[in-house]
Amino acid sequence: MLWVAVKAEPTVFTVSVLASALYAAMTVATAQVLGWVTQDVMLPAFRSGHTTAGALSGAAAAIVGVALFKALGVAGRRFYAGLMQYRMQARYRREVTRQYLRLPLAWHHRHPTGQLLSNANADVEAAWAPIAPLPMAVGVVVMLLIAAVSILLTDTVVAIVGFLVFPAIALLNVVYQRRLSPVATRAQRLRAEVSEVAHESFEGGLVVKTLGREESETERFRAGAEALRDANVAVGRIRGLFDPVLEALPNLGVLAVLLIGSARLQSGAMTAGDLVHVAYLFTLLAWPIRALGWVLAEVPRSVVGWERVRGVLDAGGSMPFGGRALDEDKAAALEVRRVRFGYEADGDGADEDLGTEATGEGRAQGRQVLRDVSFTAAPGRTIALVGPTGSGKSTLTSLLVRLVDPSDGSVLLDGLDVRDVRQGGVAETAALVPQQTFLFDDTVRDNVALGLDLPDERIWEALRLAQADGFVAALADGLDTRVGERGATLSGGQRQRLALARALVRRPRLLVLDDATSSVDPQVEARILQSLREAQAAEGGGGATVIVVAYRKATIALADEVVFLERGTVAAQGSHAELLERSEGYRELVNAYERAEAEREAEAREAELETGGLETGELETGERRPAGQEAFEGGEGALA
Amino acid sequence: MTTTTLNEVAADEGALSTLRRGLRLSPEFRAGLTGTLLLALVATAGRVVVPIAVQQTLDKGLSDTGAPHTAFIRTAVLLCAVAVLVTAVSAYAMNVRLYKTTEGGLAALRVKAFRHVHDLSMLTQNGERRGALVSRVTGDVDQISQFMQFGGLMIIVSLGQLAVASVLMLVYSWPLALLVWAAFLPLTFALRRFQRLVSAAYTRVRERMGDLLAAVSESVVGAPVIRAYASEERTAERVDATVDEHRRAQTRAQGLVAMTFPTSEMVAAAATAAVVVAGTLLGVGGHLTAGELVAFLFLVTLFVSPMQTATETLNEAQNAIAGWRRVLGVLDTVPDVADPGEAGQTLPRGPIEVRFEEVGFAYPGGPPVLHGVNAAIAPRSRVAIVGQTGSGKTTLAKLLTRLMDPVSGRVLVDGVPLDRVRFSSLRERVVMVPQDGFLFDATLADNVRYGRPGATDGELAAAIAELGLADWLDGLPRGLDTPVGQRGESLSAGERQLVALARAYVAAPDLLVLDEATSAVDPATEVRIQRALDGVTRGRTAISIAHRLSTAEAADEVIVFDAGRIVQRGPHAELVAVPGVYADLHRSWIAQRSI
Repeated sequence: MLWVAVKAEPTVFTVSVLASALYAAMTVATAQVLGWVTQDVMLPAFRSGHTTAGALSGAAAAIVGVALFKALGVAGRRFYAGLMQYRMQARYRREVTRQYLRLPLAWHHRHPTGQLLSNANADVEAAWAPIAPLPMAVGVVVMLLIAAVSILLTDTVVAIVGFLVFPAIALLNVVYQRRLSPVATRAQRLRAEVSEVAHESFEGGLVVKTLGREESETERFRAGAEALRDANVAVGRIRGLFDPVLEALPNLGVLAVLLIGSARLQSGAMTAGDLVHVAYLFTLLAWPIRALGWVLAEVPRSVVGWERVRGVLDAGGSMPFGGRALDEDKAAALEVRRVRFGYEADGDGADEDLGTEATGEGRAQGRQVLRDVSFTAAPGRTIALVGPTGSGKSTLTSLLVRLVDPSDGSVLLDGLDVRDVRQGGVAETAALVPQQTFLFDDTVRDNVALGLDLPDERIWEALRLAQADGFVAALADGLDTRVGERGATLSGGQRQRLALARALVRRPRLLVLDDATSSVDPQVEARILQSLREAQAAEGGGGATVIVVAYRKATIALADEVVFLERGTVAAQGSHAELLERSEGYRELVNAYERAEAEREAEAREAELETGGLETGELETGERRPAGQEAFEGGEGALA
Repeated sequence: MTTTTLNEVAADEGALSTLRRGLRLSPEFRAGLTGTLLLALVATAGRVVVPIAVQQTLDKGLSDTGAPHTAFIRTAVLLCAVAVLVTAVSAYAMNVRLYKTTEGGLAALRVKAFRHVHDLSMLTQNGERRGALVSRVTGDVDQISQFMQFGGLMIIVSLGQLAVASVLMLVYSWPLALLVWAAFLPLTFALRRFQRLVSAAYTRVRERMGDLLAAVSESVVGAPVIRAYASEERTAERVDATVDEHRRAQTRAQGLVAMTFPTSEMVAAAATAAVVVAGTLLGVGGHLTAGELVAFLFLVTLFVSPMQTATETLNEAQNAIAGWRRVLGVLDTVPDVADPGEAGQTLPRGPIEVRFEEVGFAYPGGPPVLHGVNAAIAPRSRVAIVGQTGSGKTTLAKLLTRLMDPVSGRVLVDGVPLDRVRFSSLRERVVMVPQDGFLFDATLADNVRYGRPGATDGELAAAIAELGLADWLDGLPRGLDTPVGQRGESLSAGERQLVALARAYVAAPDLLVLDEATSAVDPATEVRIQRALDGVTRGRTAISIAHRLSTAEAADEVIVFDAGRIVQRGPHAELVAVPGVYADLHRSWIAQRSI
């Protein structure tokens, strides 16, 4: 991992290491200079009672001179090391996001949004956090080597103290990290969990409110927050123990130096200046060594972050693309051939779940959504996909535009398996308007064009077809109005119409509408359907093949053919009239409202015979009905 | 007028006042604070042991002839070693106390803020980005904890270190002490100014981080659209741009911080040089011993590290204060739709009667969406509310469930003004099912049980069957144990609505408000649910808002909204027979469902 960084930014790394080494050398030199000043300037002056201006200015110049280089070193190290860290973080954020854009949706489904965001943010951050102090660590090692030589040259016996104290600090640091690592990792995991609970709970705020579950949600959060607290205290205990010990060690070292040094002084093996030099060196070294400890403390977190980032980058199963092109300019021919789809069997189950607990593997396991679905749509035809809730219609639409691949069987466009089409080829040919729209925090124009360079007329034309021209024209900045995060400034129906325009502006050869007008008023929907029909007629042979998921008969009426799905299989297929005759399930579904109405009318007639008419409500003008006393009394028993 | 934004504590509130308020709010922080501070003082005092030892050794241990007094040195060193150990033990004790109290206090603060977010009105919640609210109980609190355990502690220790070192310096030689102060004092002022620049730079970094996160989040949440329209390249470019902006801001901030280190190094060197020169001159004059002078050199090093870390420590302090302000901002925001609590009334269970009296509503800063609405809804009636998008239907539902309070007029349930009813009672009796029923990342059973904790799987299955959804449940291979995924996304939109409906149904409210609750469900299932609800909610009051007028056809009564006013009211059969808004809506609906 370090090597990765060094390879990526060799110049920056070299500069920062050199600056660190300079800083290290100058730190040791500082002690040396002070020893020299003590021995040769101060002590003689104190003993003899006089000094010279030359000696004093020499001492001052030496001190300031060394400091100048030291300052240069520290500035260079800080700046370039930071540069390296930020560059690596930026590089990996880009790579992780590109990987998200590359990996198949099946992979996305298995990983919670929160986790993916934290992979690109906190995990990248953690992974490269120790990179900035790395040159410093190298510098500290250099410093220790120079210091060792410097002490050895001063006095071998005193040097032994150093050789005992500094390895002891290093050893202690290792023990420290060993102890801290699992506890810190746990705290980090709990922190993520607390955040996830808060996120989910706030996102579901309306449900919490409407069901009055604030208290139980708070309990859920409290459990997480208290587990995090205990983990943090556990971290604190370890930190709180090792930090003072690490601080005390060099101090004890200095005291030992004084004790042994004074004996050596007596035997004349060293001078008072040497003693000051060594003691001062110990004081100076204590700080960088502790800082080294802090760097090491970051390492476990960094390793976890790095593993998660690698998990994303190494995730296999990016959707393979063929080399074939789909470049005709007439409506596409669509064939769905014995398609099966189930979440447990989808393509790339091989990759890991990135170190966190099982996030989504089991989520939809065992759910066979589509079984042997086959149908064809001749160019220019409109097919309605009809089926009860949960019958697999939405899944099927996402297969048609190759958002996901079937686990078995194939989807063919113009006779070509979509898996053999070159990258981007399917998107140029087919457009899906999903049930749930997603808008970017961008202008109306950009949301419709999505990167295509289109003249405004084309965009307005698409907006007109989608019945969105009216409200867009009324927006403050027209096409240039920003729609806010996820299109927050627009109503659900308006968002759906923009999404529709986004598909239409591309003049797709295959248009797939997945209940794309559910939030739109019936009248508006009727107009949209009308304009689609007109556009289709105007285009003649160059129009689109349309697959539309529909419940409403008016929508079904647009279709040349109906495919009726039930529990993931094609239960019936044919014209609306044929299906009405052939399929009971279909009949029941599309005639549900009429049947309900007829039954109600029958009941109403019976009721009318019994009670002599329905009670009627008053108009809004005002007088209120008395509180309905008997209803109250009679109602008690009816409650379950 | 209601406020809908979080109360931001005025930015000009002093840092100290924020700190005071924050501490007052979390009494846990103050528990044993004196003891902790005393321990910190002892731990800090330990820092001067080494300079003293050096001074004693040089002055008293070494005689003028250079022959050391071994016995004296041994005693001195031993005493100092004991002092070092005492220091270490105090530091350990202080650390443990600090971690325990701060973590305890912060956990409590987190929970308090979390609860308060849920107590805020729906409008206030919606006015904030969800991510921002999450930060209030995560990142912002973490920042405070970081500060209390590192930065804040560092400030205390640094100040203590400076104070103790200064005292010792004064004891040894006051002129030299003044000299050292003269060297460092200008630096402290420079650092203060400098810190403002650094702080501004870091603010920019954070803003860029926000942009970056938003861009990354779009690439994750919008993945299906990006894929369907092959706009990967465009999205990647947008992300790259924010990543680079963020990196540039970071580099700039780093450049500024990197400046503080060489500056303090140079000041320290100047101070050291001055001490050597002046000290030697003083020593020559007999005013200072050699040991004292050397001790001074050691003491000067104690001045350097506080200066070097000052910029970052102050920044951390500033971030923590800002974070604390944001958390306090949440707690300071008075919920504009407040629970009357103990003072409120508890409604007896039974069919609910609802009255709207001259109810008017406007979203903050927006035009009125409801004008003087008067209506009474009889107990046990099934009412459908219809009207075009934007006519005020959903607003009425939100007022009725007290997700918002009317701007004028009032809403009464069973004759009691809604704002006088305790939430515990209201939420039990009145439940709304919104169009987009949010599901939690758990099993289907867990989600339905959310409506009635403690319900057994058998009861849940029975409730689902009562709604006419047994077939659907049987069709799920794992049945009640089906995991629904994040936000329920493993289910289709229609299925999510079924779960949300079942969840509200098991809560057994006396008034059920359905706001487009079956808009994504197929007609046959919708009709089945409707009939089932008609059966099982007999005796309860039910209000449904729907585009699909099948609901209106089945209702006892239809209330028609147009442009924020009730324009028609009556049974379907009556309304459809007269020209008007309803007849128009119904004609269009009939056209929709015919061929």
